[in-house]
Amino acid sequence: MTYRLLPFGRPLPRTVHPGAWWLWALCLATCAGRTTNPLLLIMILAVCGYVVVRRRGDAPWALAFRMYVLLGAFIVTMRVVFRIVFGGGQGEHILFTLPQLPLPEWAAGIRLFGPVAAEQLLGGCYDGLRLATMLVCVGAANALANPKRMLKTLPGALYEIGTAVVVALTFAPQLVESVLRVRRARRLRAGGQKGLRALRGILVPVLEDALNRSLALAAAMASHGYGRTGRTAPGARLLTGFLVITGLLGVCAGLYGVMDAASPRYLGAPMLLAGLAVATTGFLLGGRRLRRTRYRPDRWRPGEAVVVGSGLLAAALMSVTTKVNAAHLYPSLNPLTWPEVSLLPTVAILLGALPAWLAPPPELAAEPAPHGTAAPAATGARVGEPVA
Amino acid sequence: MIRFDEVTFTYPGAGRPALRDVGLHIAEGELCLVTGRTGVGKSTLLGAVNGLVPRFTGGRLHGRVSVAGQSTENFPPQEFAHLVGVVGQDPLAGFVTDTVEEELAYGMEQLRLRPEVMRKRVEETLDLLGIAELRRRALRTLSGGQQQRVAIGSVLTTHPRVLVLDEPTSALDPTAAEDVLAAIIRLVHDLGTTVLVAEHRVERVVQYADRLLHLDGDGGVRDGHPADLMADSDVAPPVVRLGRLAGWRPLPLSVRDARRRAGELRARLAAHTPAPAGAAPGAVRLTARRVTVAHGPTIAVRELDLDLRRGEVTALMGRNGSGKSSLLWALQGSGPRRSGTVDVAGTDPGTASARTARSLVGLVPQTASDLLYLETVAAECAQSDRESTAPPGTCRALLDSLAPGIPGTRHPRDLSEGQKLALVLAVQLAAAPGVVLLDEPTRGLDYHAKRRFTDVVRELAAQGRSVVVATHDVEFVAGAADRVVVLAEGEIVADGPTAEVVVSSPAFAPQVAKVLAPQPWLTVEQIVRALATEEVPT
Repeated sequence: MTYRLLPFGRPLPRTVHPGAWWLWALCLATCAGRTTNPLLLIMILAVCGYVVVRRRGDAPWALAFRMYVLLGAFIVTMRVVFRIVFGGGQGEHILFTLPQLPLPEWAAGIRLFGPVAAEQLLGGCYDGLRLATMLVCVGAANALANPKRMLKTLPGALYEIGTAVVVALTFAPQLVESVLRVRRARRLRAGGQKGLRALRGILVPVLEDALNRSLALAAAMASHGYGRTGRTAPGARLLTGFLVITGLLGVCAGLYGVMDAASPRYLGAPMLLAGLAVATTGFLLGGRRLRRTRYRPDRWRPGEAVVVGSGLLAAALMSVTTKVNAAHLYPSLNPLTWPEVSLLPTVAILLGALPAWLAPPPELAAEPAPHGTAAPAATGARVGEPVA
Repeated sequence: MIRFDEVTFTYPGAGRPALRDVGLHIAEGELCLVTGRTGVGKSTLLGAVNGLVPRFTGGRLHGRVSVAGQSTENFPPQEFAHLVGVVGQDPLAGFVTDTVEEELAYGMEQLRLRPEVMRKRVEETLDLLGIAELRRRALRTLSGGQQQRVAIGSVLTTHPRVLVLDEPTSALDPTAAEDVLAAIIRLVHDLGTTVLVAEHRVERVVQYADRLLHLDGDGGVRDGHPADLMADSDVAPPVVRLGRLAGWRPLPLSVRDARRRAGELRARLAAHTPAPAGAAPGAVRLTARRVTVAHGPTIAVRELDLDLRRGEVTALMGRNGSGKSSLLWALQGSGPRRSGTVDVAGTDPGTASARTARSLVGLVPQTASDLLYLETVAAECAQSDRESTAPPGTCRALLDSLAPGIPGTRHPRDLSEGQKLALVLAVQLAAAPGVVLLDEPTRGLDYHAKRRFTDVVRELAAQGRSVVVATHDVEFVAGAADRVVVLAEGEIVADGPTAEVVVSSPAFAPQVAKVLAPQPWLTVEQIVRALATEEVPT
């Protein structure tokens, strides 16, 4: 395997370890968390968007990125709207004045509407943008890495939990599909009911559908050999379960002890550590018992290191900036100033864009021809859609 | 390979056993077809092979079921994964992962095969089933036939010695069904896999079967050579009924066998012409012009023109995903329509209220049970009368004319497929629509229920309604439809009288037409009637 760490050495298309994308995205999210400067935040958004466009696959989850961007826009809008509705009168630059609603005595201290200042709006905008950027970073991770593959990289002992989450993730869209189907069918009967009765007309068929599906899935998983225990003694299984549950209870008690200053000392850190140890033993035992292998597991290769490295570098530079020159990270609202950008954070964020060229591109689902023999079964299924 | 010793199985709360004293021994490499009417216990028999029955269904099983010497009594279904591959009726419901490749590997991961073995077997299976180009596709975006082949592939990768298939081709169009069957036959012949398959559409499988297991409905299983058992089976495909009528021995099971003996019958029928199915159609009831339906970037129906006339039964055919359902929903007005007009008696059902649309055009959707949500049949009927502002008792009277004798206290979920279909149809007919649209109504119906349903459809047409049936079932179309419209990629590619469209098509021709071509005979009933007029004078 030769991998050239040069911008013009084009890496072979392959799936990148989902963990790498997640780490990269979390690093960018911490960058976003360290600033309210809208210029820097927009740069982070642009970096995320560009990397996603260049390196996402054509699977359904990859198309969810748009939803995250829309959700981000919604957050910013809501923040600004809240500032207008409940905003205190801070700021000198009054843009316009809304009629103030008189409130009863007991609500003293809350003001509805009234004068709207530029500082107030900008404050809401910066805050919302920071939150939205962090959300979009998570969205980028979701678009770049198959969330289900991420769960599959869990250690063997957590396999059952991972499977449960995967099944739940598959069921959510199916449930939405059944609701849509049944609602359409309701119109065929022109029930004309409102409220609870209409809800029942939708819920009964949908729940029944979901139950039937889960039974069918359980039977299919069993026939595929899911949960084969082979020749493990029932005693060993019992022991594993006991260890895991006792250990987790210990962890809970330990956490409580750590956080509650009044509790005896032995209930704090010692309890937490003991609980962790017992639970880990249980997980390890369970992991050894499970008889399962992985098909084409994701490996950690230089490409992954580049992705994570660029994220870590960005986060590290940003963190250095907060120590060295934090002035531009939090643009002042009082007095109102134009946000400025200094060199260090700019370089930090731009480093985060490196995976757009250096990460291996994804393998696209075969069949570049949009009109294969198969018409998409589900409505809205978008297969073979060109990326970017 | 598979052994049933004195097996008796009773579902919880059932009065009589679903399987009674079943003793079977199925040898290695046999292709075994399980037939019987709906609800006689075909799925129960199949599920018992790897222990899903009774472990997932409840109930009491006496006797012993074993595969390769391993008994279901001592091991759960999980421990049969390397011996028995099970493919259920709805492949989508049984998928655990979300892409083709991962689904193929899933079973092997559970069996702890080494990664290099898995890699090799996935490639082999992709080739064996001809789905290599789908390897990275998401399972939900595949067509029905592709999904079915992936489902078969996902159990094949563990190299099971027995393959159990429950209705593998029922939901598929004729061409996709042939792909799936070709894959199954290849397994039997090349790999010596033992295959146990249940199928309503007996005509598709019976010619390939080495052995037939027929469930009579009283819990017993008759076991024998297909040609012997088919001689008096109550689920017989048209080619067998034609053979019985003509007195051919041994009974032909395939079109090829029948055609080689049909020379004499063809000569005898040359003097007759088939009786038309119904009266000549009347005035136009529904006019659709330039109807376009788009789901996102996919165009389901493309600028389509269609006229539906009084007293005419139109069959809408075409492969899975060719836009049949989208067209029906758009005509009814409840589904999306991008552009175009639909006109029923001067009103467009797409812009009218749901109640008006319903009184103009009635639609029975593919999953008919979506319309049912109350606890009893009587409550559903009463609710339907209220919704249609029809006098009380209208829906019940309709139901009794469609399927007599359904107790009003029965829960709709406990009805058989045919009864459920009748109930939903009655609910929709209570609004007295002039146009009735049926989306895949014959799925899950056996030959008897289908024949009854054919009569129902003809009766609706005789009352002056215009009926459209979207279906893959060529035999049903042959018996019920006056006119066939074939869709491909949302456009009409053929439109004309049933005999004209169907006889010339290799995929859509019914068995009788294939046997007697070029004469335009479609059903055994037509021939019975023609021969009856011949015998009266002699």
